[in-house]
Amino acid sequence: MSERLKIENLYKVFSSTPDRAMQLLTAGASKDRILAETATVVGLNNVSLSIPSGAIYMIMGLSGSGKSTLARCINRLNEPTAGKILLDGKDLVALNESELREVRRTRISMVFQHFALLPNKTVIENTEFGLKLRGVPAAQRRKRAEEVLAIVGLAKWADHHPHELSGGMRQRVGLARALTTDADVLIMDEAFSALDPLIRTEMQDELLRLQRTLKKTILFITHDFQEALKLGTRIAIMADGQVVREGTPQEIVANPGSDYVAGFTREVDRSRLFDARSIMEQAGTLLVQDDIRIVGNESASAFVLNAAGEAIGVLDSRALLAVGGGADAQQRLSQQFVSVPANAKLVEVARLLKPGLPVAVVEADGVFVGTLNSAHILDCIAGLPSSPPATRPFVSEVAHHA
Amino acid sequence: MLSSEDLAVFPVDQWISQCVEWLGIHFRPMFQAIRWPVEHLLAFSDTVIHAIPFPVMVLLMFLIAYRAASLGVALFSAIALVIIATLGVWDEAMTTLSLITTAIVICMVIGIPVGVWCARSERVWAVMRPILDIMQTTPTFVYLVPVVMLFGVGTVSGEVAVVISACPPLIRFTYLGIRMVETELVEAGQAFGADRRQLLWEIQLPLAIPTILGGLNQTVLTAMVMSVVVAMIGAEGLGLVVLQGLGRMDVGRAAVGGIAIVLLAMMLDRITQNLAQPTPHKRKSLFKRLLNSRQVNA
Repeated sequence: MSERLKIENLYKVFSSTPDRAMQLLTAGASKDRILAETATVVGLNNVSLSIPSGAIYMIMGLSGSGKSTLARCINRLNEPTAGKILLDGKDLVALNESELREVRRTRISMVFQHFALLPNKTVIENTEFGLKLRGVPAAQRRKRAEEVLAIVGLAKWADHHPHELSGGMRQRVGLARALTTDADVLIMDEAFSALDPLIRTEMQDELLRLQRTLKKTILFITHDFQEALKLGTRIAIMADGQVVREGTPQEIVANPGSDYVAGFTREVDRSRLFDARSIMEQAGTLLVQDDIRIVGNESASAFVLNAAGEAIGVLDSRALLAVGGGADAQQRLSQQFVSVPANAKLVEVARLLKPGLPVAVVEADGVFVGTLNSAHILDCIAGLPSSPPATRPFVSEVAHHA
Repeated sequence: MLSSEDLAVFPVDQWISQCVEWLGIHFRPMFQAIRWPVEHLLAFSDTVIHAIPFPVMVLLMFLIAYRAASLGVALFSAIALVIIATLGVWDEAMTTLSLITTAIVICMVIGIPVGVWCARSERVWAVMRPILDIMQTTPTFVYLVPVVMLFGVGTVSGEVAVVISACPPLIRFTYLGIRMVETELVEAGQAFGADRRQLLWEIQLPLAIPTILGGLNQTVLTAMVMSVVVAMIGAEGLGLVVLQGLGRMDVGRAAVGGIAIVLLAMMLDRITQNLAQPTPHKRKSLFKRLLNSRQVNA
């Protein structure tokens, strides 16, 4: 994934005369001290982020953490005090008014927490709003708006007014309005926070479904860590205007890094977050016999792999000794093992397990990539540190060779 | 003890008199230029309104009230006009109506753009606000003297005084309406790349319309009140009826003028008040509603 947005050393101080506060800030003064000394509020304090193209990038934080300020700095609803925001390498902070308007019309669109639909316009008029501002001819923009409304499932409601719609439907219109302009960067500022829990879940699923085909770069602001985990390809956690932790959902849960972040991760349902790949153990080659390979590690039985790398059986310790002594592995192996897909979440893995049987983790094409034992699964779900750290680099290498 | 009489008295009254006189002499062309459009607009509306026959006017008001408000208001308007006619002051009432409609048109042309300007510039509002305060708190009688000195006597000068007193509410309400548009909606406009003109026409003005219409209602009522007061500087209409009654100590005559004024004011108030409160049925034309009711019957 290439980089779409890059934020470099971004500062935002809410003041018409920010110089003094900026001096204190760069000298390392705390937010509270600056508030006490200069009566200015620090919104962002040296934020740097890299947002890959096609990601759903979650910015998570409690209220007052600066998450909305960060999002609003990107389309400059808030003017950054210092720093750079690079969209495909072009600095948005340096744009003049008309260039900024052009970027807002074509590159970056936004979904608002309270929908911000125009009450005097119908659903379809709201949807085509961005194109109207851009000066697209009426027939053309109407056609495009109809397409997008159909995508979000609101074609039938085109001629109704927003007040006739439920909250979830209104936010679909908000989403449709943002999608109509074909902007590739989408800022969603607490977009689902005002919705009922059930509708929120529905909208999250809808967003994930849409994103599979749209592949927008989405910057999603939320105060809900569960939402961040569910939607995010990466998460940045903010506190006091700074990014305190950044990484994939799995990385952050496996290794919070600070008590503050651990406060969010403690209640997480790990069984739905981690997949077999993230906690499996690799197996090293123990023996090679003709075109079969025997692999194993300390915590599991030895697996017998064929030439294609697929697990064809297991050897218990006696059989392994015998094979080591020259016996034919094909003769000694047992079929008594379970295969689980590498991308299966632990909750699914738990369903596939059979008591006492060794577990092989396999890729979608059947290639063996590692072993799993039930103790590790339990440790991981319980959030105990004994679970091995994610072993991605090595595994991806293995997968690569295969 | 220091008495108020020990202080030197500044001849402020003389200064102001001299100042207005000076304005009248040196800026006469300017005031004549202001007078010109008012005079012609007033003459036009007066001619049109007086040319409309009584029954047509009643029907017209009925339809306008029905379209703008409701059947109840429409019936009230028709009945009020009939009563005014039976009081024998129809012509005077029509003169007052033309005075007010002209004032409303002028107030809208001036008030709404000024209100928009105030809403968009903190500095303009800072200047405008005290001026509006002065315009609205100065007793209406105080206007009359300088207006007479600068514009002369008669209906046209009266109209100028009406506009001066009726315009401030519209400016205020327009300012307020635009300022009260939700920030998130304005930001939505900005986020999708609206320029200032688009922001005004697509978001701010449409959403401010209910408030602006509320201001219009205030303007109509103020104009109504002022249209009576300006009878003192020679403006014609219902105010003159009251003034004549007063001059001759003729209670009956004054009361007739008063009743006609109240009826006309109530009619205009109800119609414009309902403009400000949008009701779903309002959007449909009478024709459509008749059509619908026939379909229901059939």
